[in-house]
Amino acid sequence: MPFGNTHNNFKLNFKSEQEYPDLTKHNNHMAKVLTKEMYEKLRDKQTSSGFTLDDIIQTGVDNPGHPFIMTVGCVAGDEESYEVFKDLLDPIISDRHSGYKPTDKHKTDLNFENLKGGDDLDPNYVLSSRVRTGRSIKGYTLPPHNSRGERRAVEKLSVEALNTLDGEFKGKYYPLNKMTDAEQEQLIADHFLFDKPVSPLLLGAGMARDWPDARGIWHNEQKSFLVWVNEEDHLRVISMEKGGNMKEVFRRFCVGLTKIEETFKKHNHGFMWNEHLGFVLTCPSNLGTGLRGGVHVKLPKLSTHPKFEEILTRLRLQKRGTGGVDTASVGGVFDISNADRLGSSEVEQVQMVVDGVKLMVEMEKKLEKGEDIDSMVPAQK
Amino acid sequence: MAHSFGRILSSKRNVGILSLIGAGSVTAGFLLKREHVSAGAGVRRVYPASAEYPDLRKHNNCMASHLTPAIYAKLVDKATPNGYTLDEAIQTGVDNPGHPFIKTVGMVAGDEESYQVFADLLNPVIKERHNGYDPETMTHPTDLDSSKLTSGQFDDRYVLSSRVRTGRSIRGLSLPPACTRAERREVERVVVDALAGLKEDLAGKYYSLTNMTDQEQQQLIDDHFLFDKPVSPLLTCSGMARDWPDARGIWHNNTKTFLVWINEEDHTRVISMEKGGNMKRVFDRFCTGLKEVERLIQEKGWEFMWNERLGYILTCPSNLGTGLRAGVHVKLPRLSKDPRFSKILDNLRLQKRGTGGVDTAAVGSTFDISNLDRLGQSEVQLVQTVVDGVNYLIECEKKLEKGQDIKIPAPYRK
Repeated sequence: MPFGNTHNNFKLNFKSEQEYPDLTKHNNHMAKVLTKEMYEKLRDKQTSSGFTLDDIIQTGVDNPGHPFIMTVGCVAGDEESYEVFKDLLDPIISDRHSGYKPTDKHKTDLNFENLKGGDDLDPNYVLSSRVRTGRSIKGYTLPPHNSRGERRAVEKLSVEALNTLDGEFKGKYYPLNKMTDAEQEQLIADHFLFDKPVSPLLLGAGMARDWPDARGIWHNEQKSFLVWVNEEDHLRVISMEKGGNMKEVFRRFCVGLTKIEETFKKHNHGFMWNEHLGFVLTCPSNLGTGLRGGVHVKLPKLSTHPKFEEILTRLRLQKRGTGGVDTASVGGVFDISNADRLGSSEVEQVQMVVDGVKLMVEMEKKLEKGEDIDSMVPAQK
Repeated sequence: MAHSFGRILSSKRNVGILSLIGAGSVTAGFLLKREHVSAGAGVRRVYPASAEYPDLRKHNNCMASHLTPAIYAKLVDKATPNGYTLDEAIQTGVDNPGHPFIKTVGMVAGDEESYQVFADLLNPVIKERHNGYDPETMTHPTDLDSSKLTSGQFDDRYVLSSRVRTGRSIRGLSLPPACTRAERREVERVVVDALAGLKEDLAGKYYSLTNMTDQEQQQLIDDHFLFDKPVSPLLTCSGMARDWPDARGIWHNNTKTFLVWINEEDHTRVISMEKGGNMKRVFDRFCTGLKEVERLIQEKGWEFMWNERLGYILTCPSNLGTGLRAGVHVKLPRLSKDPRFSKILDNLRLQKRGTGGVDTAAVGSTFDISNLDRLGQSEVQLVQTVVDGVNYLIECEKKLEKGQDIKIPAPYRK
């Protein structure tokens, strides 16, 4: 949990090597980068809201990681964290985002019309399509750091903004702490309800404090556009529907996001964004677009093919189980989504999903007929 | 070197606590009278207290019962000299609303000074948890003279094992919810150094959690000594499990009858135990061991956190006073099925737990029976209560075996 600046000043009474964490058994991005020298250099710094180095790294210290999966191991407490602690975060960002340099610029493109195709993914294979991202509201600290007062202010502002939406976006907010049993049942049945985080990666960063205070779910009447308030980020925005019409899902995503952003700007609180990091979110892994566009797709044959992993890597895609991150696939159905977040635009990333999934479905069909797919394996994108 | 941390050379008679002044300067060894504990640098606040006050309407813990908006507003801007704040102290109670039947405490202390700086909240919490004990007016008796214990040998046919545990905190270093890595490592160093000075039947060895071999780990598991990273959200939400397993470890004597946990829920947990019903010998070793450890740390200029109002200072307000839980594993197949069992325990000021400890169920009618109280009575008094109570329970069991009737004892009077 975050201790902030009052406690950090006290810590400075001790020498750096007395406070430096033991990272010898750790395998995460933070542990790879945080040398004793860097710790000494950054330990007396804080952002203007009082977020400190130890607050940033606590989750990485408490979760040594896994020999095969490389977690990030740190979080931001506010927009300024990425500036004040850039000596630590820039190399982590570079490692995590394929060599992204501190001088690189990130392109934002939410023009859904720039997407080619995406309305013709075979619904016999593609069961559902979904695009999600996160947004942070400028001027407020992030979930690892915010106080109850601040979190409530984020909720209040978000609900005001969302309530101005109309047409296909007209909807309703369900705060977690006031939900009726009937509402809760319905949200669970719709697969909308999010729970208090259980992952120690999130708990170690202090994001679940005061649960369920100021947390809630907003969705439109058609249940195709959904916003989570105060879970891992200020806002998580989700557009989804059954079947393979990713084009429509992306259109609704872009239109809805743009409308929401306009409303927030009118309240003098736009989204955190800059031309180097794109959209600023709690976890460095979600910088840039913060976008995960994906499908649930049946690939029973392709998923057991020896080249499956290689194909995914070359297409810049990743697989997950149908329960989302850290789950297993059920019945040969996989969650396939873009691997990249930073350094390419929203349109580019969704394009990769559309093109890649289309190719993999064709491969699956070929394998069903007993044919070879080696000639179809793509070059590295 | 110890001078980076405050050292006090004061005897228990002097009511005084060391306060390290935060904000950049280190002072070595300076006494402040309890009444003059000053809060540390003020907390940076953007929103008014009313916007920050937690929603406790669905909560059932001692903190929620006593944290009014007025008390919150009064304390929210304060910090202890080490920088520990009210919001940090209550976080575990906000995050764990509790249970309709079990009332948890709902807050912790981050350092010795927390009990003073946040007294407006902690005193009513202590009063509720410890049956009306008022820290403002009452004094707590400490008595580790085990020779005063009578009838401390139980019938081995019923009592399978006997155990006494307590905790001790090292004055001048923050407690597990708040300690920095440097402080936690210093606690480990100070305690391990002292334990190395124990001799004869108390001589033993330290096993650091970070450096344990697989073999050592297996042996400690087989001996039922190894403690794990806490999983209970009551503990994890207060920040006690940070940096695990850095500076955590287990020390035990060669005969495996005296055991010390370092940096789990408290700086130290001290346990004396053996199979069978010789509570007298368990308590003798407990007192001897504790006094010896205290003497050894005092030689190096350290001491335990203690004052005459709250006794031994520990992380959880429920463990103030003696911090002592003396108990047995005892077979009570007939008595445990008697509808009067709970009432009998109540009147004897005893509580039952399963044989896995707190929050576990009994196995095959073997129960963990221990004292309910911690604060307001001395160690000798509490262990005597357990001895008298368990002897009574065994008498009941024997009566029921012979088909005789049993009586509910009169409620315990101090």
